[in-house]
Amino acid sequence: MTAPAIDHTLDEIMNLAASHFKVPREKLMPDDDFFKTLRIDSLQALDLLTRLEHHFRIELPDYELQGVSDFRTLANRIRARL
Amino acid sequence: MNEFKGQTLSWQIVNGAVELALHRNPCNEIGSLTLNELDKFATALPGLAAESHALIVYSTIKAGFSAGADLRELFQRGLDIGKPAALRGVRAFLERIHAVMNTIDAAPLTTIAAVHGVTFGGGFELALVCDIIIADRMARFCFPELRLGLIPGFGGIPRLKRDLGNAVVRDLLLTGRSFNVMKAQQIGLVSQIAAEGEALRVARATASQVGKFDRKTAALAKEFVKPIPYEELKREIDIFCDLYASPAVEEGLRKFVENEGVQPYLP
Repeated sequence: MTAPAIDHTLDEIMNLAASHFKVPREKLMPDDDFFKTLRIDSLQALDLLTRLEHHFRIELPDYELQGVSDFRTLANRIRARL
Repeated sequence: MNEFKGQTLSWQIVNGAVELALHRNPCNEIGSLTLNELDKFATALPGLAAESHALIVYSTIKAGFSAGADLRELFQRGLDIGKPAALRGVRAFLERIHAVMNTIDAAPLTTIAAVHGVTFGGGFELALVCDIIIADRMARFCFPELRLGLIPGFGGIPRLKRDLGNAVVRDLLLTGRSFNVMKAQQIGLVSQIAAEGEALRVARATASQVGKFDRKTAALAKEFVKPIPYEELKREIDIFCDLYASPAVEEGLRKFVENEGVQPYLP
C-alpha cells in the first residue's frame, strides 16, 4: 500500500498562513475558506499573497485569485506559476 | 511652520530632513481633510526646504502607505449635492491635489517615499512624486482605478510614463493588478528594498547621505533629470472628470462602498 502523495505546495501554503496569522496548523484544512479560517480581510489577503510570492519566488497577479478562497485552489494557482 | 500635527498627517524636521508622516485610519485614504492638511504642507514646504536637505514621506499606519483616494467621500459627494455640483467639486479637488503633488515633485529637496504594505491608487501617486522610492519587502503597488471606470487622477499616468517604459504602464493600468516589491524594483519603480518594518530607517540613512552634497547642485541635478509633465497632468484631470460624469463610475463606486464582503481590495 502506498501512502497518499503529499502536496508540498499546499502544505507550505498552510504552514506559512498558520505561522503568519497565528492559527494552529492542525486547524487548517485544504478546502477551508481561508478568509474565514484565518479571519482575514482583503488587505490581509494581499499581505498573504505577497508573502506567498516571496516564498515561492513567483509573480501571481491578484486577478488570478478572483473567487479563490480555499487553500487547495490557491495551491493550484501557485503551482501553475512554479 | 517647521512642525505640524494634524488629524491626518504631521511633519517635523529631524536631522536636517523633513519627515512627513501619514496617520489617518484605516489606510491613509486621501479625502478633503487630508487634502486640507497637504495644502498646508505645500504652503510650508518652501520654508522647510530652506532649513533641510531632504523630505521623507512615510506612513505610521500598519496596513500600508496609503490605499489612495477616499472613495467613500467621492461617492457620498455625488449623492449629497448631485452630479453637476459634484463634478465641479471633483475638478476643484483634483486641481488642488495636483498643485500639492507638483509642489512636492518640484521641491528643491531630495524627496524619498518610504513605503510599506498597501500603496494603491492615490497613495501610489503620492509615492511617485518622490525622487526615490524605498520599499519595505511587504509593499504592494496597484492602480485599481479602471475597476471603477476611472483613471488615476492624482498625476499617476504622466509620472509613470516619465519614470517607466510605456509597456509597463499599460500593463499596470489596463489590468489594474497589484504587484510586489520585487516586480517594482525589476521595472525600475523602486530603487531600494528594505526588510519588513525597516523602510523608514533605510530612508533616514539615505536622507543622511544626500545631505552630504551641495544643495544647489543636487537641486539642479534633480530639475534636469526629472522634468514635470505639466501638460499631460492637466489632460489627466480633463479625462478623469469626463469619466466621473458617466453612470458607470457611480455604479463602480457604489459597488465598492457598499461591499460588505472581505474582498473589496481584490479585483
